Amino acid sequence: MNTPVLAPIFVNRKSFIELDARARAQSLFDEGTWKELVGPFDRIESPWLAQQGIAPQFDDGCVVIKGKIGGSRAVAIAFEGAFQGGSVGEVSGAKMTCALDLATKDSKAGKSTAAILLLETGGVRLQEANLGLAAVAEIISSALALRQHAPVITIVAGTVGCFGGMSLVAGVSSYTIMTREARLGLNGPEVIEQESGIDEFDSSDRALIWAIHGGEQRVGMGLADSLVEDDADKITAAVRGCISKGIPEKHRTEQVALYRARIAALDTSRQIAPPALRQEWGSLKGGVR
Amino acid sequence: MEQIEFSYPEAKRLIARRAHVGVVGSGDMEVLLEPNSEKGARVFITTSVNGFRNTWKAIFDRFFSKFDGAVRIHINDAGATPGSVLLRLEQAVEVIEQ
Repeated sequence: MNTPVLAPIFVNRKSFIELDARARAQSLFDEGTWKELVGPFDRIESPWLAQQGIAPQFDDGCVVIKGKIGGSRAVAIAFEGAFQGGSVGEVSGAKMTCALDLATKDSKAGKSTAAILLLETGGVRLQEANLGLAAVAEIISSALALRQHAPVITIVAGTVGCFGGMSLVAGVSSYTIMTREARLGLNGPEVIEQESGIDEFDSSDRALIWAIHGGEQRVGMGLADSLVEDDADKITAAVRGCISKGIPEKHRTEQVALYRARIAALDTSRQIAPPALRQEWGSLKGGVR
Repeated sequence: MEQIEFSYPEAKRLIARRAHVGVVGSGDMEVLLEPNSEKGARVFITTSVNGFRNTWKAIFDRFFSKFDGAVRIHINDAGATPGSVLLRLEQAVEVIEQ
C-alpha cells in the first residue's frame, strides 16, 4: 500500500532568510536580466577596517544588482548581515548612494527605475564613525530624491533586522516589506537596556522584543506595509506588487500631523501593551495605505 | 590582523573562469579565485586571527596536492577553521569547473 509522504509546506518552500545578501538580491530579478555592479572582483574594500585589525570584505558587505523585475527596471541594493552586522561604512554607503542617484537620473530621463533596499543592518559601522553617519545622511537624501520619481522599496527579512540610522532609510521608503522573523526599530533592544535600564527593556526577553520590533507588530501598526512569509517567491511577488503600485500618493513621512496627533494621544501614564497599540493605530484611517 | 602569501609554481593548468564564494562572517571566510596571468598559482590571505601561518601553509599544501590550476586566490578570513577553509576552496573550484 502506498502511503503518501506528507511533507510540511515549509520543507519545500525556498527560504529567503537563509540566502546571503547576493542570492537574496538575485532572487528578485527576472531570469537572465540582471548584472552586478561594483562586485567582489572589483575589490573595492573598506580602507579603515584593516587599520583596526579587522579583515575587510571584497564588496564591503554591499551588493548592487541592476536588472528587471516583472519587466520593470529596478536596482537592488543588499546589505550582508553576516559581515560586520550589515553595518554601513564609507564604501558600502557610497555604493548605496550612487546606485540610488543613478536610479534617480534614469527615472528623470523617462526610464523609471525602482530601488529595492534589502536591509539587514545594525546601522552605522562604529569603526568608520562619522563616515558612516555621513553615509546614512547621503542615503536618506538620495532615497528622498528617488521616491519622487520611482518607488523605493525596503525589505527587512531578518534575522539581523534593521536598526539605527538605516531604520530611518526604511522609514523614508515608499513601501516596507517585512517577515514575521524580522525586526525594525531605531534603537535595538540592547541599546535601550544599556541606556535606560532593564526595567525599561529586558533585551533577553525575545517575546517582548518581537512584540515591539517584530514584523507582525510593525505592519499591524501601519509602520510597514506588508507582512510576507519567509519565501523567496512570495517576497518577489510582494516586490512586483509594490513596483506596479508605483509611487504612493502620500509617503508615510509626509504625514507629520497624523503621526504627531497619534503620539500626542498616547496615554504614557500607564504601560501600553503592544497588541493594544496595534489595534489603536492599525484601525485608524490615513496611516495605512 | 595578518597578511600571508604563498606561491605554488607547479600549478600550471590554465583556468578560464573565476569564482567568488563565502562571506567574512564569524568563523567563515570569502575567497576569490581568478585565472593568474603569470605562470603558477599565488595565494594572498588577510586574516583577523594572527599566528596561524603554518596552519594556512598546511591547508594550501594539501589543496595544491590535488588542484593544479594557475590561479590567484584572495582570501578575507574571519576565523574559519581548517575544515571550513577547505570546504570554501572546494566550493570555489566547483564553480570554476562546473
